[in-house]
Amino acid sequence: MVQTASAIDAPLLQMRGIDKSFPGVHALRDVDLSVNAGQVLALLGENGAGKSTLIKVLGGAHRPDGGIIEIQGRPVEIRSPVDAMRAGIGIIYQEFNLVPALSAWENIFLGRERTIGGFIRHREERRRAIELFDRIGVKVPVDAPCGSLSVAQQQIVEIAKALSQQVRLVVMDEPTAALTDSEVTRLFDIIRDLKTQGIGVIYISHRLDEIFRIADRVTVMRDGAHVATTPIEQLTRQRMIELMVGRTIENEFPKHRHAIGEARLVVQGLSRGSAVRDVSFEVRRGEVLALTGLVGAGRTETARLIFGADRREAGTISLDDARLDIRQPRDAIRARICLLTEDRKSQGLVLGLSVRENFGLPNLGAFSSFGFVGAARERAALNEYVDRLSIRIPHQEQLARNLSGGNQQKVVLAKWLQRNAEVVIFDEPTRGIDVGTKYEIYLLINELAKAGKAIIMISSELPEVLGMSDRILVMHDGRITGEIKDMASATQQQIMTLAVE
Amino acid sequence: MSEANATNSTSDKVEADDEGGRHSVFAGFLRDYGMIFVLLLLVVLFSLLTLAEQHPTGPEAGKQVADHIVARYGASARVLIVGRDTAGDREFTKTVADRLKDHGANVRANVNGSPADARQAIEAILARGESIDAVAANDVTAKWTIYGQFEQVGRNKLVTPEPYTWPNFLKVTNLLGVANQTAIYAIIAIGMTMVIITAGIDLSVGSLVALASVAGALAIRDWGGGTEAGAGIMILGMVVGIGVAALAGAFNGFMVTAFRIPSFIVSLAMMSMASGLAYRLSSGASIPQLPRSFFWLGGGETLGLPNPVWLMIVLYVIAHIVMTRTIFGRYVYAIGGNEEAARLSGVPVKRILLVVFTISGALAGLGGIMLASKLQAGDPKFGLMYELEVIAAVVVGGTSLLGGSGKILGTLIGAFIIAVIKNGMNLIAVDPFNQKIVLGAVLLAAVLIDTIKRRATRT
Repeated sequence: MVQTASAIDAPLLQMRGIDKSFPGVHALRDVDLSVNAGQVLALLGENGAGKSTLIKVLGGAHRPDGGIIEIQGRPVEIRSPVDAMRAGIGIIYQEFNLVPALSAWENIFLGRERTIGGFIRHREERRRAIELFDRIGVKVPVDAPCGSLSVAQQQIVEIAKALSQQVRLVVMDEPTAALTDSEVTRLFDIIRDLKTQGIGVIYISHRLDEIFRIADRVTVMRDGAHVATTPIEQLTRQRMIELMVGRTIENEFPKHRHAIGEARLVVQGLSRGSAVRDVSFEVRRGEVLALTGLVGAGRTETARLIFGADRREAGTISLDDARLDIRQPRDAIRARICLLTEDRKSQGLVLGLSVRENFGLPNLGAFSSFGFVGAARERAALNEYVDRLSIRIPHQEQLARNLSGGNQQKVVLAKWLQRNAEVVIFDEPTRGIDVGTKYEIYLLINELAKAGKAIIMISSELPEVLGMSDRILVMHDGRITGEIKDMASATQQQIMTLAVE
Repeated sequence: MSEANATNSTSDKVEADDEGGRHSVFAGFLRDYGMIFVLLLLVVLFSLLTLAEQHPTGPEAGKQVADHIVARYGASARVLIVGRDTAGDREFTKTVADRLKDHGANVRANVNGSPADARQAIEAILARGESIDAVAANDVTAKWTIYGQFEQVGRNKLVTPEPYTWPNFLKVTNLLGVANQTAIYAIIAIGMTMVIITAGIDLSVGSLVALASVAGALAIRDWGGGTEAGAGIMILGMVVGIGVAALAGAFNGFMVTAFRIPSFIVSLAMMSMASGLAYRLSSGASIPQLPRSFFWLGGGETLGLPNPVWLMIVLYVIAHIVMTRTIFGRYVYAIGGNEEAARLSGVPVKRILLVVFTISGALAGLGGIMLASKLQAGDPKFGLMYELEVIAAVVVGGTSLLGGSGKILGTLIGAFIIAVIKNGMNLIAVDPFNQKIVLGAVLLAAVLIDTIKRRATRT
């Protein structure tokens, strides 16, 4: 292949003037984006800024209404995912596209099986898969079904799949959302290795500290438009947030400290299998207790036991000195304990129901007489929260499915606030939520603490843990391995030491 | 992933605030009950296809003919009235005669019989030396050839009712027949709609129809003396039939909630068990020992509407209110939309599912009792393939098999779409084998529409 000088000088990927409208929404307005070979471009923006839409245009899932895409100076038409693959673009979506029952090597070559006379060349495929994993530098059990692999391992399989297609550009959408710290470090090693091979990377993440660790340049989007593209050296964390939000934010974690009272929720000897082992702690009036640790340490499982979502094998739960008999979520809700689950889409909301119907779900008793729902009362109550929490919805009948992550979280919060919960358990309250809404949720946590509620905040984001809590419990392998009371001198290092104990 | 949607929700806000209310009401109606347009289209189609010449009969026709004769031949006309020996024709001839006499006309003879009877009457009149100005006949008797055989009568003296053009499909008797035939399916489909909204399915309803009819009929025969049974025993029989089916439904619900067995499997097993039980109880034979008065429930009518249609209307009104206005209804939708989220929001998932399956069973039982009443017997062969017809009505009515969405009144529309297609095909004489093919295609088309609609509203 003969390459002209200009083609070599041209960036690996150049998207120019990309425009895309959906019925009623102008999702992308004249967006430019360029990635050089061997560089990592971080794509930043709040939820709804248009990042995913842009990536879907690049991946052939959406057809743009206008604009040009060039690969190494040559215009390409991307009409379908197959076109994107041919152009050397590999996209690793947040939700993996792996068939759980198939092995790693079967997944890697799915749809592009190497065959001889119609028969799959198993040994050849398997050998190539092992080569790919060697190239990435990670050992992954090639023969185990992908469903049994850890999230990190599945991600490696996705990367191997992309590499097997001779990619020149890899797009990673929130790749670290479910990874532990050491796995993140390993992923970054892999990305650096891809760079040396001349592969360009578009990296999407809400975690700003990761951006500083891995990105060469940063492109920020807001409201479907390109805001700025800057080399990473010229950016500060503060500046990044301001670009994303479009206004200045003084303090990322607006923690208010106020008087902490007597113990309210007391948990003793909570156990379930190997996930939760003899966990005891208390949460006091007005206190925000952070529960942290690595993924799989038993934090979520502990919360689910308190809430009655899973059956506990041992242990007692009491609130304000009264023993609670919690066997199912209904019991916990009646005792005014609520849980804002980590995964709002699959556990927090019924996506096919409207905002109003979701809001009402745990509160129907209060709104109803003789089994009939008092829709007017329900509507009025929700209206208050729409104002108080500034939930952005066009009308109450909007389906929960059509809300952004932040607004979904606010709807979940509203339904529990209406319930007047005394114990509020937040499981990863800001995961997948944009910076502006994060800030609002932090303010709400403050407000609840001030009102004397007992709050448990489960979080993997250590800056958030350090910035927003009054006390930290660290879990490892189902047990509480440490407690940090002195928040003034607490460090991430200190937490990590306890977390791997 | 949801990025586009997220943009949607924020930037929509401005225009949606003023426009949203009105717009969404109309769009919402289309989404929920769009199938009503399909039903209307079918009605128009079959009306056009079954347009035919209609001949008025009975008193209406008699009145018309009498007035015609008076207008044409004067109030003193001498008239021969000819009708066949049927109830309808008797009414016709009697009305003609009465009305002519009121006007002072001269009715020479009023025949109800065969062409030979008419000939005799004419011969008798002519033998008396009397003349005939007009012959009042209806569309059938006017075709008899005897009139031309007499010089003094002739065909041109015939006066018949004016024919008019009207679709056979749109005749009141036909439409009532359609409603009556749909009623039992539609009633069972209420329960099925609820089950499908919870993302379940109930394949046992057909067998429960048979079981309920047998159990009810057995109770009446063995405890109340069969055909001699009084009202109390008949009510007991109904309670037994519906109760047995409700119990079977509750068992379905119990297996689904307690052991998390998919409802498809549980109800498939129940389909076989209930059918087997029905055959066992009845020894495989029909049980016709039911009192005459038992017929009223499934075969009688009130205020001109068949009783099953009344029952259907009442149950649909109740079910619609339950599903749209009550806590129970909200919970049913929530469970189908996302069972885990519903549970974590404090919805008593197991209790609701148990109730839903029990309702489905009970309504199938009610269907069985209605059928036993209509056909005057309990029979283990009743209800065969009802589950498919009922599920088809629910799906055609716009309820998604994935659960979480659907409307009770949509199911009513769905049931009528299927009934109208069946009836229409009968009227235009489509052979039964082809009818099955068409019905299958309709079901497929309904699911296709649902899928396309779903995809369109996603973006």
